[in-house]
Order: sequence, then structure tokens, then C-alpha cells
Amino acid sequence: MIKIKNLHASIDGKEILKGLNLTVNAGEVHAIMGPNGAGKSTLASVLAGREDYEVTEGSVDFDGEDLLEMETEERAREGLFLAFQYPVEIPGVSNINFLRTAINEIREHKGEDSISAKDFMALVREKSALVELDAKLASRSVNEGFSGGEKKRNEIFQMAMLDPKLSILDETDSGLDIDALRIVANGVNTLKSDKNASIVITHYQRLLDYIVPDFVHVLYDGKIVKSGPKELALELEEKGYDWIKEEMAAQ
Amino acid sequence: MLEGLTPTSILLNEKELSSAKNTLKTNQLPTTRMEAWKYTRVAKLGKTNYRSSEASIDSVENYTIAKDATTVVFVNGHFSEELSSNEMPEGLSISPLSACMEGEIDSTNLVLEGEIFNALNTAFLTDGILVDIDAKAVIEKPIQIIHVLKGEATLSNFKTIIHAGDFSKASVIQGFFAEDAEKAFANVTSEISVGTNAFLTLDKIQYEAENSSHICTEQVSQEKDSTFTINTITLNGGLVRNNLNIEVNGENCETNLNGAYLLKGKQHVDNHSVVDHKVANCNSNELYKGVIDDNATAVFNGKVFVRKDAQKINAFQSNGNVLLTDNASVNSKPELEIYADDVKCSHGSTTGQLDEEAIFYLRARGLSEKSARQLMVSAFVGDVLEKIENEDVLNYTHRLLKERFGWEFE
Repeated sequence: MIKIKNLHASIDGKEILKGLNLTVNAGEVHAIMGPNGAGKSTLASVLAGREDYEVTEGSVDFDGEDLLEMETEERAREGLFLAFQYPVEIPGVSNINFLRTAINEIREHKGEDSISAKDFMALVREKSALVELDAKLASRSVNEGFSGGEKKRNEIFQMAMLDPKLSILDETDSGLDIDALRIVANGVNTLKSDKNASIVITHYQRLLDYIVPDFVHVLYDGKIVKSGPKELALELEEKGYDWIKEEMAAQ
Repeated sequence: MLEGLTPTSILLNEKELSSAKNTLKTNQLPTTRMEAWKYTRVAKLGKTNYRSSEASIDSVENYTIAKDATTVVFVNGHFSEELSSNEMPEGLSISPLSACMEGEIDSTNLVLEGEIFNALNTAFLTDGILVDIDAKAVIEKPIQIIHVLKGEATLSNFKTIIHAGDFSKASVIQGFFAEDAEKAFANVTSEISVGTNAFLTLDKIQYEAENSSHICTEQVSQEKDSTFTINTITLNGGLVRNNLNIEVNGENCETNLNGAYLLKGKQHVDNHSVVDHKVANCNSNELYKGVIDDNATAVFNGKVFVRKDAQKINAFQSNGNVLLTDNASVNSKPELEIYADDVKCSHGSTTGQLDEEAIFYLRARGLSEKSARQLMVSAFVGDVLEKIENEDVLNYTHRLLKERFGWEFE
């Protein structure tokens, strides 16, 4: 589904990603872990098309298309979804209205008809129930006055509404209590199918008890330096990242 | 600028006429050295040889804001009988000023001394309208006053007089438009009195041309227990200056002033408002919001007076602006002058850009950049537009937003 090859990216002239390789196939969940400053959020931002970052080398193939050539909205319309680490508050813009606009622009892009008001509301009811998001919250201004947990649940609600091919969850677990974490993880697990895939970026192993990955990758100093099965996450939790750093230094 | 203009033939109060003529003789156009005109240049008005001319338009359909209304139409300030409604609802009388008898147009509280645009309007008054709402009359249909400018360097000195009788309820829509107009100038005055316990709403849409000028002074007085609401929507006009002066003379009044201005090109829109709380126990709410694109400039100057002994006043004033380009600018000056000691008043002003992070967020959900920006703009001015109760006015505003900016708000 996505093939990232030798990706180099920098911000303000400082190189953050230094030759990252990653392939994700449909039906897979990949976890990316790593210490602070390794480049985890940069990877999410670059994939979503944030303009502050400059890609200096490498390629990203998304279902046969050159992802890096696409505008942010084109990537979204082609089925890439980023759950923000810090969801933005947008006063005055209703969650529901903007989602309807988003869905219709995505449908138009695919040459489909607009969603009917009835179908849309049914979808809102179904998907907000999935993440136990109060229907009132769903129709309020985007993230305005939401608690941290509500903001993250709103991200997963939007993901459910847009039904993406590839979801990138950027530290969606940070700051969540165990109840909120369960709800978020349950949402992600329910949406999982053999046609879509997820990249779960996290700092903590805890999330991976609830969203079980097929692969765990360690991102360190702008590269993926180690990959393994889900057990790798436990090892990282137990031993920290120092042994990785030492291994890298030894090479 | 006065050459080629004919002195008014409207039967105005003699004293006022001579006061107006005197002001014209002894005053020049204001300059930016005067505090009230610091950010608004009007010198170019003095360089144009305006003329007053009659013209006709084929149809008023395009300018009809409310379909079901009592409509009066003026072209270049001249009354157009054939385009106006000929039926009046009970309790309402409307007459062009040109048809008024001597003494029918009572003396006014418009300031003429030193106010050159008011003086020009009075001494060279083209025509205007007298709207009389009987006491206790409830006028269901809005009263719609449509003013169209046409031709080159046309000057319309136009006056609206509204008397809302005690316990009456009515709404007035004013639409200002231009059709095939070059450098036209509407110089407008309105005198509005709101009687005891009367409810009056004025929805004003300004949609002239990028090279036209519009200067307007509204002088409003409110008697006790009355409610006056004015919504000013400015969407086109090269130079627009609105002076809105509201005197609250009676207790237990409510005053609502809302304004939305969306500018582009080289437009300049200046809203000056004064709410003068002379007595106790009143509320006023003022909300003006602007979105300024390209090289356009806006001015907001809102003043609230709370006079000595006018206790228990709640006066709120807020102005917000979004600048869409680096060349757009706004000068905003909210002012409070309070001489009473038991009041609740606030004022605030914000100016900023659209939140780029929010735009990225919306785009990351599949919205085009244009839709994302439109949604943000719509959310911003939506606060003001949602104050408009008349659906026709709101729909017409949306239509103009689409026509001029390509924006479709829901």
C-alpha cells in the first residue's frame, strides 16, 4: 500500500529523516516507536504533506501513485488519514458540517455523488457511537472546548467517517487515561480490515496491548534501525532505547 | 465639486437649509489631520465634478432583497413610482420627500454645523423618503428601500426619515446598489426615531461599485422601553463611510448594532459608531467583524458613552478582523467613555490572520484549500450573520457573497 524508500526530510535546513525505508501492505498494522527527537512526528507530517518540511531525497509510493507530488487534500482524498498528535481547535466551524464537506469533496474526487443528508446523519450516529463520542460533541465546533481524550476520540471518529486506506496515528495514546485508550483502540480495531492499513506512532508500549501490531519498528536518528514482531515493543518497554543507541554506536 | 449641482427643491426647514449652506461656505472637506477622518481620505471626492441626474433602470428584480415587502425604489436618488409598491399596509404611510408639503418634514437632529457631508446632503437633497409607522401598528411585511446609482459621476443626496410610533413594530431593509455606474457617489442621511416600547430593525446592505463612494450618517433616537437593531452588511463600494449615531434617551432600551464587512481590491470601508447612553437601565450590544483581502483597508471606530447617573448600563462592544493578505490593513479603535459608576461595559478588538494550522487540519481531511479558507471565513463572520433574523436578507447576503467572492456559506 505504501512504500517509503530512502526518505530524507528537513525543516529549516536541519535534516530530521535520514534515509527512512518502510513498506506497509494492506491488512497490516505497523507500530513505529522511538525516543524523543527520532523523527516520528516528522514522518507523520511529511506523509500528510505539511509544507514546513522539505523532502530532499527518496520516494513514497502510495498505491502506485507518487505521494510526494500530491497536495495535502489530494492525499486525504486518495485515502491517507493523519490522526493529529495535537488536534486543532477551530471555533465556529462545526465538526459535522466540515466532515460533510470533506466527504463530499472526497466523493467528487472519486466521481461519486454527494452523500444524502439522511445517509450522512446515519453515518454520524453509527461512527460516533463507535468511539462513544457524544452526539452533541460531534456537532459542536471542531475540538473547541474538548478535553484531551475527547479530542483524540474525535480524531478516530473522523477517521471512521472518512474510511481511509491508510491511517497514521501520531501519538494518539499520549495523555489518554486507560478508559479513553480502550475506546480509541477499540475504534481502531473495529475499523481494521484486509483492505486498509495503519501506522501507529507511539512513545509507549501500552497502546500496543490494545492495538496489536503486526510489525514493530524502531525509529532512531531519522532511520528505522530495527524491525521485529510485536514482542520487540515489550523489549523496548523493558530495556528502554539505550541498547539500541549502543548497538548503533557499535556499528 | 458643487458646480453643476442644483439646490434642493424639497421643502425642508428653512433654518436647517441656511445652516447647511453656511457650513458649505465655511468648511472644506475633512482631511486626515482631523481625528474623525484620520484613516479615511475623502480628498478625491472634491476633485470629481459630480452631477445630479435622473436615470431609469429596466427592472428592480436583481436588487429585490425581500420578495414579499412594501418596496420603494430610487434611482440616483429620484423616486421611481413605476418600480415601487402602490399598496400600503394599514398603519404605514410612506411618501417621497419631494411629495411632502411644507412643514411635513419636521426639523431634525442631524448635526449640520461643521458636518460637511450632512450639509451637502441637506442643501442639495435629491429626494428621500418619509416612513411613518403609526402607534401600535405591527407591520408584518418589511419595508424595503432600494437605492440604485447609475451613470457617470452621479451624486445622489438621499435622506431616509423613519418615525416608529409608540408600541409599533416594523423592519426596514435598505439596499444600496450601482448599475453601469462610474465614480458615483451616494451621500446619505437617515433620521430615525424609535418611540416608546417600539421595535425597529434596520437591515442595510451596501453593494455598490468598486469605484463608487458612499457616505452615510444615521442619526437614531430611542425612547424608553424600545428596541432598535441595525445590521450593516458592506460587500462592495470603493469608499464607504458609515456614521451611526444612536442616542438612547429613555430607560429600559435595548440597542443592537451588528456589522459585517468583506472587502477586496482597493476598497476602503470605515464604520464609525456612537452609542450614547444618557439614562439608566439600558443594554447595548455591538458586534462588527471584517474580512479584508488584497489591498483593501478597513476602519472601525466604536464609541460608547455612559453619561453621569446612567447607572446599570450593560454595554458590550466587540470588533474582530481577519486580514487575508499582507497588504490588507485595518485600524480599529474601540472606545468607552463612562461617567457613571455602576455599569457593566466591555470592549475589545482583535485582528489576525486565518489560522494556518487549522487550514492544514481541514485540508488533511480532504477539503480543498479554497473550501478550508471559505469555511474559516464563514465561521468568522457567521457570528454577525446569524444575528440577521430576516431570512430573505440572509439569503440575499449569501447570494452576494457568492457573486462577489465565490464563497458559498452554509
